[in-house]
Amino acid sequence: MLPRLYRVQRARWDTDDTFSLELSPSNGHDIPAFAPGQFNMLYVYGVGEIPISISGDPDRCDLLVHTTRAVGTVSRAMSKLKAGDMLGVRGPFGTAWPVEAIHGKDVVIVAGGIGLAPLRPAMYHIMAQRENYGRVVLLYGARTAGDVLYGKQLQQWRAHFDLDVFVTVDRATDSWRGSVGLVTALIGRAPFDPLNTVALVCGPEMMMRFTTMGLEKRGVSTQNIYVSLERDMKCAIGLCGHCQFGAAFVCKDGPVFPYSQVKVLLTKWEI
Amino acid sequence: MNTLEPLLAKHPFFAELDQPYLELITGCAANMRIKQGEFLFREGGEAKQFFIIREGVVTLEVHVPGAGSVTIQTVEEGDVVGWSWLFPPYRWHFTGRAVTGLRVIALDGKCLREKCEQDHDLGYEFLKRFSHIILDRLQATRLQLLDLYGTH
Repeated sequence: MLPRLYRVQRARWDTDDTFSLELSPSNGHDIPAFAPGQFNMLYVYGVGEIPISISGDPDRCDLLVHTTRAVGTVSRAMSKLKAGDMLGVRGPFGTAWPVEAIHGKDVVIVAGGIGLAPLRPAMYHIMAQRENYGRVVLLYGARTAGDVLYGKQLQQWRAHFDLDVFVTVDRATDSWRGSVGLVTALIGRAPFDPLNTVALVCGPEMMMRFTTMGLEKRGVSTQNIYVSLERDMKCAIGLCGHCQFGAAFVCKDGPVFPYSQVKVLLTKWEI
Repeated sequence: MNTLEPLLAKHPFFAELDQPYLELITGCAANMRIKQGEFLFREGGEAKQFFIIREGVVTLEVHVPGAGSVTIQTVEEGDVVGWSWLFPPYRWHFTGRAVTGLRVIALDGKCLREKCEQDHDLGYEFLKRFSHIILDRLQATRLQLLDLYGTH
């Protein structure tokens, strides 16, 4: 699969180390349809290619949005791109959050750090079809107030009467007036019916392990929890084997997995 | 006469506690209101009570020389705060400050300690229940120390 040429329409820093790129196809066509939770392979020409979750609105066919942290060679090079620069895009790839299959359910979205990025398309979808869901709760944890992703959008979502948004940080600064503590601490007080709830979880793997434990403790069935995993994805089509996770390939069988499928694997050192 | 017993009975901390114990604990409980900005307890002070938060938010703070007061955690409605009353020297390790106006149930630690010494079954129940809270906080602290969201 060859990369298609995309032009950067806008580049912005969301936090000190995390940035978003808004892209559109250079040929003026619509972007390929994607489902919330899927990812693309983004290619900085002459540097390399990395998988990045799509973080934009799945209903928008003109703009592809990706958010990532500048930590490696490719993502650092990507962070230097400006409006008008070009990059290659392959995708979309992978499995999606089951947003259609969970109509009628309460939805609890638990995100940690940059894990909010792959969940944002699910939020867009759910908010666009709000009548199809029960209670919707977003629990978000970040390292500090300065690391809170999509802060303005969180404020907008929080203003909705039919959405409960809770944000917590691990470390408080003087100016922070919100919750301090792990995102897992929010699970116990979040307003949802555990017996009729589906949880979508994304963040660092340790955070997801403790979050899923918290959800199960609250009474959410293992079968109703979905997690998004991250591994060293290279080909994105299940051929190279870099992202093998037990019997699955994260690029092809994931990144979104039913928690029941990966629960045992997540605590195995040898995987 | 209205007592705090129905409120305590509904709280998960006291779930499935035998009725005589609940009555006994109610005898050590009192309703309290704390104004926004006031201290529920202060680091180094005598730990005479623990609290069940009925309404409001409390910051747990520690004084760091040169950095002032640092918030390490917030606790809210439904949370149980304070176990320093259980262990000598019965001094608070942190400061609890009301971020908002608070309604709490304060339980007299000294009164409860004496009852626990007299009745070890009650003491065991208390230690089991507080161990859960202490374990949760320990796990959370360990995870915070891991700096999960940092750049690795």
